[in-house]
Amino acid sequence: MTNKLFSPIILLLVLAFLIGPFLIIIAASLSAGETLAFPPQGLSLRWVLKVFEVESFRASFGISMFLAIGGTLAALILGIPASYALSRYKVPGAETIRTIVSSPIIVPGIIVGLALLRYFVVPFNFGILFALFLAHTALILPYAVRVVSASLNNLRSDIEEAAVLLGSSRIGAFFRVVMPNIRGGILAAFILGFVTSFNQVPVSLFLSGPGVRTLPIDMLAYMEITYDPSVAALSALLAFMSLGIVFLAERFLGFSRYV
Amino acid sequence: MSDARFLCLEKLTLSYGKNVAVPEMNLDIGKGELVALLGPSGCGKTTTMRAIAGLMEPSSGAIILDRVDITRTPANKRPVGLVFQSYALFPHLNVYENVAFGLKLMGIRGKKLDDKVQEGLRTVGLSKFATRKPAELSGGQQQRVSLARSMVMEPKVLLLDEPLSNLDARLRLEMRTELQRVQKESGVTMIFVTHDQVEALAMADRIIVMLDGHIEQIGTPEDIYNRPVSDFVADFVGFENVFALEGRKLKTPTGTVELSDTPPRDAKGLAWRPSMVTLGDGPFEGTIRGTSFAGGTREYLLDTPLGPIKAECDASLPAHEFGSVLKFDLPVTKAASLSRVGSL
Repeated sequence: MTNKLFSPIILLLVLAFLIGPFLIIIAASLSAGETLAFPPQGLSLRWVLKVFEVESFRASFGISMFLAIGGTLAALILGIPASYALSRYKVPGAETIRTIVSSPIIVPGIIVGLALLRYFVVPFNFGILFALFLAHTALILPYAVRVVSASLNNLRSDIEEAAVLLGSSRIGAFFRVVMPNIRGGILAAFILGFVTSFNQVPVSLFLSGPGVRTLPIDMLAYMEITYDPSVAALSALLAFMSLGIVFLAERFLGFSRYV
Repeated sequence: MSDARFLCLEKLTLSYGKNVAVPEMNLDIGKGELVALLGPSGCGKTTTMRAIAGLMEPSSGAIILDRVDITRTPANKRPVGLVFQSYALFPHLNVYENVAFGLKLMGIRGKKLDDKVQEGLRTVGLSKFATRKPAELSGGQQQRVSLARSMVMEPKVLLLDEPLSNLDARLRLEMRTELQRVQKESGVTMIFVTHDQVEALAMADRIIVMLDGHIEQIGTPEDIYNRPVSDFVADFVGFENVFALEGRKLKTPTGTVELSDTPPRDAKGLAWRPSMVTLGDGPFEGTIRGTSFAGGTREYLLDTPLGPIKAECDASLPAHEFGSVLKFDLPVTKAASLSRVGSL
């Protein structure tokens, strides 16, 4: 009896805890007032529209998109061959390689950011955008390797030998019969990598410099000066974008199978 | 005459790192033969097959196919087909595309491609399934697709790895005749690997029995079944009572036993099927320790001074009681005489 009563209540509380902040942000972004507040003072779309007028948001959105797409592509270009080697060959020290590849997930972003700043940007005078690109690629790589490995492990390896015996070269076999069968995994890795990079704060915080900021960093900076609901509006827009991507992925690819 | 030496393995040595799996194997296979490579797991039969296909590089020796040395020819350039044990169909392609895969790589296009694929599908009776994906097919159908996919390439040699092991009993019988039919109709030289002696005996023109990397015996199914040359082959094809000879006496776990007749002079051992043991009469005695009814026959496990003996008699005869003592004989005239007794 108690179980039947309690479990829905607990479920509701957990959902409220998870979704609540999101709902508050959405509500706050629809405010007609001048400052960020909840409950909102009146209803209007003025702050949502203002987001598109702020010059620095547009620039940093571009940079974030570039890092998310470019970094993910770079991580996949490195990660697909790495996953293939790890799953198909007896690589000496495979476990160590796997650990190293996954370490950016385990090491706190603050430390990664500081280390990159201290040992790459400062001594080698790397451009900020390039350093950010390297950092994001490294952060996405573990996701790429993990997700692509999962779909490679689900794929029989003898189909490659079958392709070779039917006249294909080894490399040809990879592109003709392996790639088409791990396409879902690659797309899933792309989406995960994209979202991870786009939401990344700690690493970017250290590496962002004058004129080059990712969107989350820019939002932080904006809020330090201007405390209006446009940041809430932007957050809500970004949340809907992420939600849309994941929804489409789940809908068309069965995304959750790969993660 | 090169037809009898269509495929030759000459002193072929195959190794995994420092482990030699197959040392210096010599083997000739004739054109159009249906050959079984028979042996227990780990005997080197699959390794040999992979070497013929080019999936494994020999450490020494040569493979000659149709007078051409293909030892160093890469797998994708060899006129050799392989039907994998798990069929290895391409999951993202449908049946038609699977069969067309190799032909397209050969540069065949258009109507010629379509004709060949359709013919391939017709041969294995799968024309209606052309647009299905492999996951929507039964094991037997997948096997046929795999067979068609290799056959349309018109290989000089078609290799099959345990072709029947993933099928249920009824399909197995069906596929046996199917494989034989395809082989006879196309005249392709076919080599299949199996650990199942019944399969090998039923299908092959010639059987190559392998053990620990070497060839134990080569012969027709009749040869292998009736005249095994070694204790291993004898045991493998159902001679369950196998003994080494010491002079003219039978060697048993406890000593030697005089036989009722003189064994052939060059025999190193003798072997009897359970059905060859004379029950109810003879110089030996045994206690029945087990009986089992096998339809037409009844099998007895006897505890004897010669060690355990398996005997068999017509099931219509009255059954002997468990624990009762029976006289029996091992008639030398019926026994298979073995020229090698490796493990006895």
